Amino acid sequence: MNPIMLPAPRIRRMTPASLLARELRLSLRHGADTLAAILFFVLAASLFPLAIGPAPETLGRLAPGIVWVCALLAALLPLDRLFGADLEDGTLDQLLLSGMSPAVIAATKALAHWLTTGLPLLLAASPIAIMLRLPPETVPVLLAGLLPGTAILSLIGTMGAALVLGARRGGVLLPLLVLPLAAPALIFGVGAAEGGEFARAPLLLLAALLAAAIPLCPLAAGAGLRAAAE
Amino acid sequence: MEASSTLAPTPATTLVPPTAGGRSLHRFANPGRFLRIAARAQPWLTGVALAASLVGLGWGLFWAPADWQQGDAVRIMFVHVPAAWLASFGYLALAACSVASLIWRHPLADLAAAEIGPVGAGFTALCLVTGSLWGKPMWGAWWVWDARLTSVLVLFFLYLGHIALVRAFDDPVRGYRAGAILALVGAVNVPIIKFSVDWWNTLHQPASITLTGAPTMAAAMLWPLLMVAIGFQFAFLALVVARLRAAVIERRMRGLLMARAAGA
Repeated sequence: MNPIMLPAPRIRRMTPASLLARELRLSLRHGADTLAAILFFVLAASLFPLAIGPAPETLGRLAPGIVWVCALLAALLPLDRLFGADLEDGTLDQLLLSGMSPAVIAATKALAHWLTTGLPLLLAASPIAIMLRLPPETVPVLLAGLLPGTAILSLIGTMGAALVLGARRGGVLLPLLVLPLAAPALIFGVGAAEGGEFARAPLLLLAALLAAAIPLCPLAAGAGLRAAAE
Repeated sequence: MEASSTLAPTPATTLVPPTAGGRSLHRFANPGRFLRIAARAQPWLTGVALAASLVGLGWGLFWAPADWQQGDAVRIMFVHVPAAWLASFGYLALAACSVASLIWRHPLADLAAAEIGPVGAGFTALCLVTGSLWGKPMWGAWWVWDARLTSVLVLFFLYLGHIALVRAFDDPVRGYRAGAILALVGAVNVPIIKFSVDWWNTLHQPASITLTGAPTMAAAMLWPLLMVAIGFQFAFLALVVARLRAAVIERRMRGLLMARAAGA
């Protein structure tokens, strides 16, 4: 028997880039999951005119708050499965053994969540805001606040998802953990949209929140992931 | 039991394997000393708590002078303000226990964090309820979205999240670990929430309703207030120590039962 020289198997190390590509591919293949959050956002926001009446001045005043609260709730929806599927099929253990630090894994997951949920929410926000009779000149300010805002929500949400990993009724628990922590982002975001010419200060504060969340949330989420895999 | 009797007889010299129960007993060797100290301290803590609270409350509610502006309604302060102090102190204690639990894996700190949560949430609820009762005669409304009320409300939600998270896992150690991380995240967030709520409030409504604008307090009011604060502080400690003792004993009993079940 002549030994066949098999080529040495190429071991592809998992890198943040390949993890991100995998997350994006998965969310493309399960497009309905991604769309569900956006659909929820649009539906929930269109319930408000039915509930409070179609008067433009009332709607226009409430529009920034409605958009922000609905975006906040919609961003929570996919968090339940952010690490859940990976924990069940063992991918999470493999990721943690890949040599990447848990914080980097969490940061990549947060980026994937933002790209698949935050960014579509941002795109859906302007038609919703116009439908809610927000003055058109305020729409860019609202979006400028939502840009760091959705990123903050992704980071805080990733942390919450890592903490409830493996819990009973984790999906119910998640909003209880995430919503109080997201209160400052909500306050500054709506403050910017309602601020008129004083929108700069809340926008800068939102950016500061994001700057604090980028290093801190993945750290906490990584600690949560390590605890979940123990 | 049925199945084991049909199998080959077990050798007489089986070593009892180090079961989960045995290990948890070993882990709580140090809490044994805690139990002895706590059992001696408990009556003193409870006694001081009851005495100082009763004297302070009686002094504040009956003998202290009424406020020249707020009348007798000001007496709610003697419950409200100490409760508010303890609400913040409780979260600080929770964060300190979480640090000890994450860095040193101190088993007693794990249990303490789990037991501080409900006590702190209780004082926070007391603060909110008394604040609401005080608000009705003073501001004409049960609830005002005042910056302080709102930040205490968010603090209450943080407590509830911690309580729910710690108890949501089948493996208690996993719950302690997640709860510790959440408590630290919350501790970082509490000042941010406080600041943002202050900012939000000044944006939305004029500062007609602030508690900070009150005149400096007369000594006749300050003394009973401090008395109640000391009493509540000891009540906090007494409650946490009592809950902690119960939790250690509960854990120990479960360990013994597990060891017996494994040995049978």
